[in-house]
Amino acid sequence: MAGSGVTAEADVLIIGGGMAATWAAISAAREGAEVLLVDKGFVGTSGVTATGGPNHWWVAPEPGLRDAAVEARYARSYGLADREWMARIIDTTWRTLPELAGYYPFDTDGRGGIYYSGLRGPEYLRALRRYALATGVDIRDHHPALELLLHPDGSVAGAAGYARLTRTNWSIRAASVVLATGGCAFRSGLIGSDTNTGDGYLMATEAGAVLSGMEFSTAYSLSPAWNSTRTLPYPSARFFDADGNEIDVPPPLSGAAHNRALASAMLAGPVLADLGDAPALLKQILPRIQPASPTPFKRKGIDLFADRFEVKLYGEGTIRGTGGLRIIDEDCQTDVPGLFAAGDAATRELIAGATSGGGAQNSAWALTSGLAAGVGAAATARHRGRRADGPARPVGGAGLRPTSLVRPIDERALVKEVQDQAIAYDKVLWRSDAALTASQTLLDQLWREIAAHRQADGLDQVGAREVAAMTATARWCTAAALARTESRGMHLRDDFPDLDPAQEHRLLVGGLDRVWTRPDIAVDTRPRMEAVA
Amino acid sequence: MIAHVFADRCTGCNDCVSACPTHVFDPTPGGVPVIARLDQCQTCFMCELYCPADALYVAPDQRTPEPVDPEALLTSGQVGKLRHDYGWDRDAPGQLAEFWRLGPLLHEGAEIAARRHAARHRDDAPLDRSSEHEI
Repeated sequence: MAGSGVTAEADVLIIGGGMAATWAAISAAREGAEVLLVDKGFVGTSGVTATGGPNHWWVAPEPGLRDAAVEARYARSYGLADREWMARIIDTTWRTLPELAGYYPFDTDGRGGIYYSGLRGPEYLRALRRYALATGVDIRDHHPALELLLHPDGSVAGAAGYARLTRTNWSIRAASVVLATGGCAFRSGLIGSDTNTGDGYLMATEAGAVLSGMEFSTAYSLSPAWNSTRTLPYPSARFFDADGNEIDVPPPLSGAAHNRALASAMLAGPVLADLGDAPALLKQILPRIQPASPTPFKRKGIDLFADRFEVKLYGEGTIRGTGGLRIIDEDCQTDVPGLFAAGDAATRELIAGATSGGGAQNSAWALTSGLAAGVGAAATARHRGRRADGPARPVGGAGLRPTSLVRPIDERALVKEVQDQAIAYDKVLWRSDAALTASQTLLDQLWREIAAHRQADGLDQVGAREVAAMTATARWCTAAALARTESRGMHLRDDFPDLDPAQEHRLLVGGLDRVWTRPDIAVDTRPRMEAVA
Repeated sequence: MIAHVFADRCTGCNDCVSACPTHVFDPTPGGVPVIARLDQCQTCFMCELYCPADALYVAPDQRTPEPVDPEALLTSGQVGKLRHDYGWDRDAPGQLAEFWRLGPLLHEGAEIAARRHAARHRDDAPLDRSSEHEI
């Protein structure tokens, strides 16, 4: 990055602007830390929650209920979740959401009580912004982070980025940093996900962090082929080919079978959805629940519940997928001292194992991991101090500091190639050694091209780093998928269709020039020991 | 994709420049922001929701820019409709009175599909819900 531009200092620097980031900022500020939050976009509209309407895992503290909820979910985690973390996110979510009452217009739950567990995206993020500001958080919108800064001892020293409305570089020193940059959907077009390009994975890996669960990156969401909306209208859909023949698609509750049947049909030709069977009440009140979902239909002159329309599956990558930065303690610290991760930037295996977890569990994770990271980051600031006067080294590589001669790259074509490996139906839903190996070879070439030759300045840095981050993320997903020689949860290998009990452990992945994987054996033992005891 | 800025409605507040999460707009000396990076528009409709003057229109296709007729749009009832449906154009309670129904309606839809599938496949093994798709 050329020049330093604007500089600032804080106890805690939060990178990101969605649920996890704002909860982390609020929590660190409540601990007494001076908190600066930088987001790529605008805190209120950035990320996949802002356009959504997340329900949260919501279980009352009544005898037996929570243990039963944890056990039911643990049984579906394929052995990779952690019961203590699951219980913790239920409890924290239950205690925390009502705090938003001054900022969010909670309304009826239809049974005479207040509905706390589900919040509409735009109002939720607007409330979180207001709550964060009221808690003293300094919010800087349109301040994408480009790279982390490290102390000579390897701990995090801050971050550097680019303020895109004022067109200046920035550099911020802080005692600790929380990465809440979201997951990576590889610019699939999934609603609200264009800002989610895996930036945090790349920045953290450059600083020495490690990822986990990147093979669990095979989720998709159904939407019109011409506009990704939220999915509320579609679960009851019937599907037809272009000739009007009905396609026999297993229902959404069957998970992978549903997506595989749809993807097979879509690879063969257009697939049309028919929502005639949708719940009668939904047809009446959809605009009052999700105003943005019927809007594109109205504007296209399509009657959502009467006309058939073409649909496709939008890749979710690690958004509804599960992988992310490995967490090493209860404060959501990464392998880099002073660097914390929350929400989709962190691995969600702790609460979802080898599955997606679904919206409710994932929102509870974003909230709880955000609060935990904020507490941990504030504690680090108290114990270590800012150390802002000592030297700090920027560690960003690909896209910023080419290792060879600078030359132009056809970035549009490159992104298409990355998407063809990371979200193409055939590569992701029917993984095999041969196809994954071919993807890996190609992605390694793309990575070398960027790392060696791409140099960006000014506003161009933002896009260059997004492309580098997506390419890196695709490599980690592919390497992890190749290394897990079994089918487990959402990770489906055509050549290894069965579960292998010997692989009931998490899988770490990392590295930049050379990508590596290794089993995370330490977390494998506890559930088994409990089972024996 | 964002298709039109109604210059005569725009107050030059630049809220859209700030609120757009993907940096599509640039402010101008004349006050009316310009669509500077259309290729970065993700069709999330957030600019419309955040425009206090209802001066923006987002066309429904997220992949291809569509030409629009501004006069026809004004009579279509769609300009400002999204903000109105969210209730952000007025200070009135009750905008989220039906929101609790989201979860039950998602599950009702999923159950409709499951029952239909079961009726078609009466002789098959029961549906495998072990990897139940959470929505």
